[in-house]
Amino acid sequence: MLQAFFIILQRDLILAIRHRAELMNPVLFFVLVVVLFPLGVGADIAILERIAPGIIWIAALLSALLSLDRIFRTDMEDGSLEQMLISAQPMSLLILAKIIAHWLITGLPVVVVGPLLALFLGLPAAAIETLLITLLVGTPILSAIGSVGVALTVGLRRGGVILSLLVLPLYVPVLIFASQAVDAAAAGFPVLAPVAMLSALLLLSLSLTPWAASAALKMSVS
Amino acid sequence: MDTFQQFFHMGGYAAYVWSSYAIALVAFIWSIVSPLREKNKLAKRIQGIIENENP
Amino acid sequence: MIMRFIYKLGSPPYFYHLSSRLLPWLSGICLLLFAIGLYGGLVLAPADYQQGDSFRIIYIHVPAAWLSLFVYMVMAASGVMALIWRIKIAEIVLINSAHIGAVFTFLALVTGSIWGKPMWGTWWVWDARLTSELLLLFLYLGIIALHSAIDDKRKAARAVAILAIVGVVNIPIIHYSVEWWSTLHQGPTVTKFDKPSIDTRMLVPLLVMAVAYKFLYAIVVLLRARNDLLWRERRSQWVASLFTDTKSK
Repeated sequence: MLQAFFIILQRDLILAIRHRAELMNPVLFFVLVVVLFPLGVGADIAILERIAPGIIWIAALLSALLSLDRIFRTDMEDGSLEQMLISAQPMSLLILAKIIAHWLITGLPVVVVGPLLALFLGLPAAAIETLLITLLVGTPILSAIGSVGVALTVGLRRGGVILSLLVLPLYVPVLIFASQAVDAAAAGFPVLAPVAMLSALLLLSLSLTPWAASAALKMSVS
Repeated sequence: MDTFQQFFHMGGYAAYVWSSYAIALVAFIWSIVSPLREKNKLAKRIQGIIENENP
Repeated sequence: MIMRFIYKLGSPPYFYHLSSRLLPWLSGICLLLFAIGLYGGLVLAPADYQQGDSFRIIYIHVPAAWLSLFVYMVMAASGVMALIWRIKIAEIVLINSAHIGAVFTFLALVTGSIWGKPMWGTWWVWDARLTSELLLLFLYLGIIALHSAIDDKRKAARAVAILAIVGVVNIPIIHYSVEWWSTLHQGPTVTKFDKPSIDTRMLVPLLVMAVAYKFLYAIVVLLRARNDLLWRERRSQWVASLFTDTKSK
């Protein structure tokens, strides 16, 4: 059973590496969205610095949203999703593997690039470390929650728009706790409370979303 | 009559209070009328189906 | 025993005929409750010390907010019954509750906004209650959108059941996070909606209105559910007899 988990994880990673060019897209989108903000809001560093945590995190949300499709779509199209469903392995375990693979492919780059971008937005050094932590803890949550949304909409023709409508409200707590943690760090306040909440959300989402996604996939694929 | 005036005036807040109640009324009436009209449309369609299948 | 009743409800003709008998009563009680609540709220309750008569918006706003949550809970519970026990009537209640739930949520938002104008001078305040309601509206719209996007309505029912359950788990999380978020940047204006020490003469009409809203919800769900059933069962004998009976009258 555990072996199946690692097989799926490895498979998704290998498939992603084979299409190396596509790997950059979520990150490029992330950077682009961040860059749009100074262009739209003005280059006043005092303002940018104040809203930097929000900018980074909203960009992270949007780039996660855009990349969610890949969790199940290609598998659905080539039939491997059905194979997974009828295999003897518990589907939720396989989905957990796919969530982790998705995060490694799309979330981890954001974790690496985000703090760098934050420097360009004037975020004080004291807050950068907290930003890193929130991204590290928070981006897997985005993949997990997103997987439920994709599982519900993967069979639909224009599922992408509905996916955003379904998933973004569910992302709000992550956004709130993460950006407020970084805000607090920038102002010198303790960050334990929001970071603890984020960690709790991570554990909760990793344990519950695979079940929900599994039920949704069985519906979508049938 | 004076108390009616006072009542409608709502202490100066008439516009806010009555627009809220009006919106609620419209929403509730629509919520009830909409399925009732749907029922009439359905009834006609179903009548049609029945007649088609039982000439 | 309750399960037996619920299973009996699963028989479409039983549900349809039972609801036919119930609806006149429900409507009568609903109108009565609204009459009592409105009289109590608009006439009997004294004007608020600080807000004057504008507080009377509470009788529309607060029950709408309460019901927006209540309806979602009912939808989630129906979702559980639909998924686990495949109870068809649960599916029907679920789908047909979404619209009225969204209406209640929208009403809470609009009246909250209208109430805010005389109180804080702006049409919108990013306070915890209103922001939570706004997100709840999106949850409802998501359910409606997902259901209409899936062509196979049996599949759609299952999808929406899952979404409703996922949503209900998230509602306390969203609510708590928004609550916390709003306390961080509390402006000088304190939310007047929460925790007033409320006079009984103001409270009782509020509770009556809440019950009136619940009856309204029940009526709307029944009306919609009946249409749903009629269409699903349009080729069945009991539906045919409904229409041939009226024809022969």
